[in-house]
Amino acid sequence: MKFTWFNLMPWPHMPDDFRETNRSVWVDIDSKLFDPAKGHQVYNDHIDLLEYADTLGFDGIGVNEHHQNAYGLMPSPNIIAAGLARRTKNAGIVVLGNSIALYNPPIRVAEEFAMLDCISGGRLVAGFPVGTSMDTNYCYGQIPALTREKYLEAHDMIMRAWHEDEPFAFNGRYNQLRYVNCWPKPVQKPNPPIHIPGGGSVETYDFCLDNTYSYSYLSFTGYIRAKALMQGYWDRVAERNTPDESPYRAGFAQTICVAETDEEAERLYAPHVNYFYNRCLHVYPGFADAPGYRTIKTIKAGALSQYAPTMDFETLTWKDLTEGGHVIAGSPETVRQKMEDLIKGLNVGNIFCLMHVGDMPKEKCMYSSKLFAEKVMPHLRNMWPDYADDNRFWCSPMENRVTPGDLPAEAQVAAFAGGKD
Amino acid sequence: MNLKTIDTNHVPVQVLEGGSGAPLLFLHGAGGVTADDPFLAALAEKYHVHAPLLPGYGASEECATLRTMLDITLHTYDVMDALGLSKPVVVGHSMGGMIGAEMAAVAPGDIDRLALICPAGLWLDDHPIPDLFATLPFEYPPLLFHDEAFGTELMTAGVDMNDPAFLQDFLVQNARQLGMAGKILFPIPDRGLSERLYRIKAKTVLIWGDSDRLIVPAYAHAFKQGIAGAELVSIAEAGHMVTLEKPGQVIEAIGRLG
Repeated sequence: MKFTWFNLMPWPHMPDDFRETNRSVWVDIDSKLFDPAKGHQVYNDHIDLLEYADTLGFDGIGVNEHHQNAYGLMPSPNIIAAGLARRTKNAGIVVLGNSIALYNPPIRVAEEFAMLDCISGGRLVAGFPVGTSMDTNYCYGQIPALTREKYLEAHDMIMRAWHEDEPFAFNGRYNQLRYVNCWPKPVQKPNPPIHIPGGGSVETYDFCLDNTYSYSYLSFTGYIRAKALMQGYWDRVAERNTPDESPYRAGFAQTICVAETDEEAERLYAPHVNYFYNRCLHVYPGFADAPGYRTIKTIKAGALSQYAPTMDFETLTWKDLTEGGHVIAGSPETVRQKMEDLIKGLNVGNIFCLMHVGDMPKEKCMYSSKLFAEKVMPHLRNMWPDYADDNRFWCSPMENRVTPGDLPAEAQVAAFAGGKD
Repeated sequence: MNLKTIDTNHVPVQVLEGGSGAPLLFLHGAGGVTADDPFLAALAEKYHVHAPLLPGYGASEECATLRTMLDITLHTYDVMDALGLSKPVVVGHSMGGMIGAEMAAVAPGDIDRLALICPAGLWLDDHPIPDLFATLPFEYPPLLFHDEAFGTELMTAGVDMNDPAFLQDFLVQNARQLGMAGKILFPIPDRGLSERLYRIKAKTVLIWGDSDRLIVPAYAHAFKQGIAGAELVSIAEAGHMVTLEKPGQVIEAIGRLG
């Protein structure tokens, strides 16, 4: 199993009456709600927690990309990842990912991911999402019906940039570059492992299987309801006679809160879970799914946006959320059992552990993360012994990595410059 | 109106056809047009109406290779040629008006009579056009109609969003139609037309509802300034769907083109 510690980096200072006084947490949210001085603290807290997760032994620490919202404060995940590459030692740097249709030209992603892979010594796990409709269409102005074509073109450019050893001309419909010559290149060959976050788009299954990418599903309605969708993926894997059904071909993002007891979990975490579902997911329905963004095939398959109003989260109680599997919370034993159900039920090898929720303060997040790392994770490590050697979907760091900050003492520098001892 | 299908270089195109008189090419707006559209029926009393559906509208085939404004402008000329029309009266409503204006600007010799009914295509920073693509169905009537109650009745007849099958059909149709419209109008309905308007040589009439809250009448004046000799007909007590609210006055205004 691979466990990636993840935070969405929500803004924790939305007012209590946010739902009543704002139509959306995304796209046209009141910008006066953002206070840069508080932002200084918020960013540093979130980044500290990611660094802390590395010391707890999580396999990966994860960041992602969203725009113009209080749900997640990372318009540029690569900025956060760059800090993590320097300040952490072991964890995979999981950038899940860059919304490649939004980079102009997308060679920028090939370059920045290569930088991250070099700086971290081959610890990059890369992700290529299409991006939510709020981000991609409403914030970044991409024409919905052309977004996927642009995405696929960007993907082709990035992969060729990493794989080819000679400069080449790229004559795309959305990008024309006379000289593509990626400098630097990633440490991992032929490319870093790639995960594709999907929300149930049928086309994405095939894209993952064609390219040996891991399909990862983010669902705020939890693992129980995700089963039908993930089964759709595994059915497709079987239909296509894919050579293996490795659970590492799939990942799942799950909100997890651990305490000493189930009661303590509710007492500690319920307010923050409530903040997440009621404020962070308060998306104006008109922004959830631009017409043309989702393909007809996908709509017919019944995959609606995660942010669509049909989700109706506001009425859910702690009991509803935990029993329904939206959130896995409780004592280490409760969480272990539910995680086992999740892992077996969805047949997944990668878990993106949303250990930070809503406006959770760092102390609680550290407490929950440490309990998970020490009392839950070890019991779940070897759930897929048959696929223990499957390293196609995880990073392969260099064996001898440098220690950041390992400069010589100033006295040595002076001696070197003067040529004296 | 009869529905027929013609071949084009791109995909087969569905065309509503009916009436007799001078040939008229009607280009529909982002909401599309159907065989039972009362405005088309009224037009057909005076003209031989040809109303092609943009690919993806109604039951017509989608076309992934139509991407840009130029693609769509030339495609519409292809449709006009396939219909054997020479210098028809070109009437475009909203998005269709934008296409008609582009056609008249790209090949000014091919269109000599042009009626633009509250066309899209320009952008005035002082009058931002509401975002059609972030508008929920229940928000449409006050945007589109002078008489909101009339609009609500028209737009909600037979609609039941609580029925999952209906909802799915609605979402599919919305994705097909507004997905296509997005190539023309998203995120801002301006593809540079303002810099091409000067090329239009057609006799042009601009028809606008005084209560248009989607594309407000300030745009009428911007079009009038851009197209030499254009005449503006303002219609009282009518919104963006002036074609449904005051069809007789719209047809009378088109008649001024001779």
